[in-house]
Amino acid sequence: MSLREKRFIGGQLGVALLALAIGTLIGPLQAFEHADLNLYPFLVPFIRSYYQGLTLHGVLNALVFTTLFITGFQTFAVLKGLNRPLRWFNLGLAGFIAMLVGMVLAGYTMLTNKASVLYTFYTPMKASPWFYIGLTVLVVGSWMVGWSQFATLAAWRKENPGVRTPLIAFGAVVNALLWQLATLGIAAQMLVLVIPWALNLVPATDAMLSRTLFWFTGHPLVYFWLLPAYVSWYGMLPKQVGGKLFSDPLARLAFWSFLVLSTPVGFHHQFADPGVPVVWKYIHTLLTFLVVIPSMMTAFTVIASLERAGRKNGGTGLFGWIKYLNWRNPSVAAQLLAGVTFFTGGVTGVINASASLNLVIHNTVWIPAHFHSTVATASTLSFMGISFWLIPHLMKKDLSQPKVALASAWTWFVGMLVFMTGMYWLGLLGVPRRVPLATATYAQPSWDIPGMITAIGGAILLVAAVMYFVVILGTVFSKKAPVAVPEVPVAEPEVPATRTPAWLDNYKLWILISVVLVIIGYGPILINMFANINLTAPGFKVW
Amino acid sequence: MEIHRYERIWMSISIAALVLMIVAIALAGFGTGMQLPGASGAVDPRKVASTAPFNEPGVYEVAPGKYQVIMMTYTWAFDPKEIRVPVGSEVTFKITSRDVTHGMYVEKTNINIMIVPGQISEVTHIFDQPGTFAYVCHEYCGVGHQAMSGAIIVEP
Repeated sequence: MSLREKRFIGGQLGVALLALAIGTLIGPLQAFEHADLNLYPFLVPFIRSYYQGLTLHGVLNALVFTTLFITGFQTFAVLKGLNRPLRWFNLGLAGFIAMLVGMVLAGYTMLTNKASVLYTFYTPMKASPWFYIGLTVLVVGSWMVGWSQFATLAAWRKENPGVRTPLIAFGAVVNALLWQLATLGIAAQMLVLVIPWALNLVPATDAMLSRTLFWFTGHPLVYFWLLPAYVSWYGMLPKQVGGKLFSDPLARLAFWSFLVLSTPVGFHHQFADPGVPVVWKYIHTLLTFLVVIPSMMTAFTVIASLERAGRKNGGTGLFGWIKYLNWRNPSVAAQLLAGVTFFTGGVTGVINASASLNLVIHNTVWIPAHFHSTVATASTLSFMGISFWLIPHLMKKDLSQPKVALASAWTWFVGMLVFMTGMYWLGLLGVPRRVPLATATYAQPSWDIPGMITAIGGAILLVAAVMYFVVILGTVFSKKAPVAVPEVPVAEPEVPATRTPAWLDNYKLWILISVVLVIIGYGPILINMFANINLTAPGFKVW
Repeated sequence: MEIHRYERIWMSISIAALVLMIVAIALAGFGTGMQLPGASGAVDPRKVASTAPFNEPGVYEVAPGKYQVIMMTYTWAFDPKEIRVPVGSEVTFKITSRDVTHGMYVEKTNINIMIVPGQISEVTHIFDQPGTFAYVCHEYCGVGHQAMSGAIIVEP
């Protein structure tokens, strides 16, 4: 890998972690607030309200950090997997610059309180146009990085006819494809509805259509966050624990299934919405539940790979192998703990997707509890684990303070479990999400104890985040001569990939299936909504 | 494709679990009377304050034991903010917004609905227990969001 490629990847990771640092430090303010400890008044004039802080927390963590870390890590996985230089490097670089520009634009509007609309930015709440333009430029930049990955894969396939794409490159490319397909919704929302309206070129917008297009992208966004962690869990983690990937073909089938099934399911976020015929809600419910199959396959294959490694390392008994999984390696521990936490996210996700149960928890604090187990732990803690070898590898340095790194992973895990306990509890009490409970006029005494637990979880997470960034900054600025620069862990499959059937490497076939399913799942209802477009909602600045 | 025997068993279990969950949802959706909100018509939020029925928000008895609540939401209040019905009443809510997106969650019930400007949100519930049921806005709607609430008083 050339120096400029390493810098290109490292640049994306660096900007991502900067966004994570700012976004994560704001998080505990929300958690403390749930225990009547309102620190926001002390932050005036930098942050003027809970809602401004929550907007920064959500956009920087869930949109900026994730996108840049993923484009950077996936570029690495493509180059390492294919062992070939990046094609269209300048296009990728332009994409990185676009993402930076987008982040600065959106960041500026949020910091100046011109866009306190939260990361879902539901219209007709109206932010500065630069907020929407910034987010759009960010997404377009991420596409450009993806296009350079596609070009690299195309060149590699020409050079290696008939050879199976190495799994880590394969997974990365499938996720980049998923992102292309998924973001068509938000692109249409921004370019057709929101930006012309924010620029006052049209006087009113259609709030219902806008949120429908948002959720077209909003659900597959979850898989865009998750699949890079799967690339690592399938393609790297088995090697890190001294084993092999249990099944290469099923890993590929799982990735393709996520591409096919992640987009035409968005209405399960809109069960409580008016304006969407009930039949569409049930069609999307059915499709949502099909995601159970690749998820269960992933659970089996990843755990089977781990179990075989643990037994090879000397573990015995039904669960005795778990101890033999290289837990002292902070990268391994972080990813294993991310996987354990993700189990709770899977279970609560099934609850959320069940139309009937959803009525109990929709828009309560239960929902942020759920997605802190998915994006903020399954993905983020895995990304932290990946960064423990990837950043030292790129910079040819040792990981600074591995014991602190290990402690940061455990602290994040414990903090998140405590935090989620409080949040799930609040949700089941019917407490609405996105509310500063300390000042809520309708707060009830029964919310106090779970609110306190939430705040304690937030405090533990703050400690974990500080430890993590001490390790990363210590590594980046280390001047010590390296002793053991981490190698890239690439897991071999137990059965060679040459025996994986060719239809699992047929990109055109799977893309076609995905597009057809999106047309079936969204085509008729979107045509209907556009045909009856209801441009009647003027904009409001309500913060 | 070579699939390990254990994995075949596991996938069969997964598919069985999937079928079971879908059956459970179908039963809950069509067998228990649980209802999701659907498309209940569009209104122009700029004119809705002077359009019937939303020009006169309130509680109306439409038949013995059956009530209709016409509700307007705006930053940061529900109108009406207090609803009184006798126990056993079947209450249908018709709700809209004249500004931004809001939501309504009535505690201890399955009333959980989004209120999107331009749309009419409709939900029906039978109040068969007396008591006070608070309702709150559960979608961020601006700096006064945390003060947007009301109460249904079900009288014995």
